[in-house]
Amino acid sequence: MQPHIQIGKVSKVFSTGDREVVALDDINLDVRRGEFVCLLGPSGCGKSTLLNAVAGFSPPTTGTILVDGEPVQAPGPDRGMVFQEYALFPWMTVEKNIAFGLEIKKKPKAQIREKVGALLEMLKLQDFRDRYPKDLSGGMRQRVAIARVLALDSPIMLMDEPFGALDSLTRRNLQDELLRIWTEYKKTIIFVTHSIEESIYLADRIVVMTYRPGKIKKDVSVAMPRSRDPSSAEFNELKKELSLLVMEEQSRHNQEEIKAPTAD
Amino acid sequence: MFETLQGFLVPIVLLALWQWLSTQAIVNPQILPAPTAVLAKWWEYLKPQELFDPAQSSYLAWLFSGELIRDAYASLYRVVVGFLVGAVLALPLGLMMGANDRIYKLFNPLIQVFRPIPPIAFIPLSILWFGLGNPPAIFLIVIGAFFPILMNTIAGVRHVDGIYIRAARSLGASQTTMFLRVMLPAATPYILTGARIGVGTAFIVVIVAEMIAVNNGLGYRILEAREFFWSDKIIAGMFSIGLLGLAIDTGMNRLNNYLLKWHRGIESN
Repeated sequence: MQPHIQIGKVSKVFSTGDREVVALDDINLDVRRGEFVCLLGPSGCGKSTLLNAVAGFSPPTTGTILVDGEPVQAPGPDRGMVFQEYALFPWMTVEKNIAFGLEIKKKPKAQIREKVGALLEMLKLQDFRDRYPKDLSGGMRQRVAIARVLALDSPIMLMDEPFGALDSLTRRNLQDELLRIWTEYKKTIIFVTHSIEESIYLADRIVVMTYRPGKIKKDVSVAMPRSRDPSSAEFNELKKELSLLVMEEQSRHNQEEIKAPTAD
Repeated sequence: MFETLQGFLVPIVLLALWQWLSTQAIVNPQILPAPTAVLAKWWEYLKPQELFDPAQSSYLAWLFSGELIRDAYASLYRVVVGFLVGAVLALPLGLMMGANDRIYKLFNPLIQVFRPIPPIAFIPLSILWFGLGNPPAIFLIVIGAFFPILMNTIAGVRHVDGIYIRAARSLGASQTTMFLRVMLPAATPYILTGARIGVGTAFIVVIVAEMIAVNNGLGYRILEAREFFWSDKIIAGMFSIGLLGLAIDTGMNRLNNYLLKWHRGIESN
């Protein structure tokens, strides 16, 4: 069966002034339909760059990205994006934010209302329907951002450290919510994180990336049944293994930063 | 309650002092008439000049037939028309310049040359071009309102956070949707700041323009009063100008709060 997302020989070079930074180098990755993949690594390893390339925001320097066999040209509603900064439109109410994608598609009003209503309920946002984002907590805002993407029925969800700014309790809460949504809607998810625990808790597969140039260091399948218990021996075994891998990259990051401080 | 009273304390003391200086004839009442005299003149300026005659006009028309009302209306009319024309010209140009670098580079040099010229400096040219009356006055107000709105609109569009653009693109927004539903609302805080500065400038310009190019309105009236040495009327006129300015600013503020009720830092009540 054809992979849902095929990343083939992708590299990305950023040039700033006379300096060239190889952010991604020869990335090959196939993602199955309905798979939950976490990209894991320290900051600067190119995991967000890779996600942005799949999203179509910044095309790779070389290589190809195929979705359902078709090359990615531009951002589009088939790949819903959830940002760490929420990126809700502050001038729209919760309801309007969720409806925005559907209004762009010119869906009938009644259908939009019904769909938004269902999503508000699903994400426990009914009481916040008419509020503006500024009146919501971080966790609530991210729920709205997820609902906004779900409204589009995108088969793929791309998530860029979506829970990075949340406190640990809210974070766990939203992780469970996301798993529930993933199971129910059978989405293909690429989820960027630098939290080892988060990646083990969520993913079918964890792709550990190296610090500059960004390469795939290790591709780990997680076979544990959900919901996973972070205090179990198996969980901690894997956590230890991944920690070693990530720490190697983190220490390279630290050394390079001492040599040449960069704004990352 | 106490705080509102406190706010009145200083004005009351100053008024009392002013009254005392005038009634004691310490200062010449021709130079500085007493507050009571100013108030009396103000009333005279405000009240209808004719007796009410049902055959001539309706009661309401008669009630607002005082000289002050007509002057205030004339000034306000110029401000509103000039401001609207200025805004209608500045807004689309600002949006285009903010969104498109080529258009920006095309127009920016010209704007940088014209922007520092105070609108007042256009007075001689405006009279040459438009003669006397409303047209030159409104022309000057248009110029006064145009630049603040233009500059702020450009800045507003240029400062739209890239994350909103990215989010909208990934939701499938077309160019038009992006412009109307993302960039325009994201830029409104800046645009409204520009509008507020623009109205303020328009109000300054209208008074000056009326002193020179028109023969009615609040600006004209206080200059006219000087020729008759009516210092009480000058002061009454000045306070009228101040109150009208305050009313305009309050109105803009209300509009601002209404349009920006989503914005952080503004309490929605």
